[in-house]
Amino acid sequence: MKDVKPKAKQGGLNAEIQSRIGHQLRAMYDDVVRQGVPERFADLIRKLDPPETDLAANKDGRD
Amino acid sequence: MPLTNELRDDILASVPSLRAFAISLSGNGDRADDLVQETLLRALANIDSFQPGSNLPAWLFTILRNLFRSDYRKRRREVEDSEGNYAKTLKSQPGQDSHLEFEEFRAALDKLPQDQREALILVGASGFSYEDAAAICGCAVGTIKSRVNRARTKLSALLYVDGAEDFGPDSTVRAVISNNG
Repeated sequence: MKDVKPKAKQGGLNAEIQSRIGHQLRAMYDDVVRQGVPERFADLIRKLDPPETDLAANKDGRD
Repeated sequence: MPLTNELRDDILASVPSLRAFAISLSGNGDRADDLVQETLLRALANIDSFQPGSNLPAWLFTILRNLFRSDYRKRRREVEDSEGNYAKTLKSQPGQDSHLEFEEFRAALDKLPQDQREALILVGASGFSYEDAAAICGCAVGTIKSRVNRARTKLSALLYVDGAEDFGPDSTVRAVISNNG
């Protein structure tokens, strides 16, 4: 997870333009990342019990 | 490996970036969330095939990327039938200039070939290494590098080929951040 460093190989592309594109791309992306985990997905993952935990719970007396 | 609580937490922690990837790929929030849901269900159903200690985000991104591609082929035909309704969903909420600028970026991104778009997002926004991005896309590292470079070249041509000075790099960032609130 590290930043992409501009390289000389990026041809005649203007470094400033490339930097703007990078900014815009990350701004778009990070805007969604900052929204966190919608309840819908938290629920979905929470509701799926690990099978082994189920077994253990049943053996030790169900709750 | 079995679905431990720790693994479940790790999957949950990957959801925000999975959503960002899905929205960046598809340009459509509802569809993106359906993709994420499908990805999570598949991941949980196939959790035994996940290798402990390997890269969980890369594994999840691979599932989402493959789902998107198979879904995309189906939808493309539907979209062609329905006269650009999909395109309309991409241009929501016109208004502020800064938002317009964001939409322009979004529209340019959508004009990239899919291979280039996904490579650029994985490396330039998700922060994956070229090696991880290559594994996610099932291609060689050199192929990813060349796709990323071509994507950047094409985006700059689409966005900045003339009047580059009309755009403030920071205004877009600010606009997106302020629209978030």
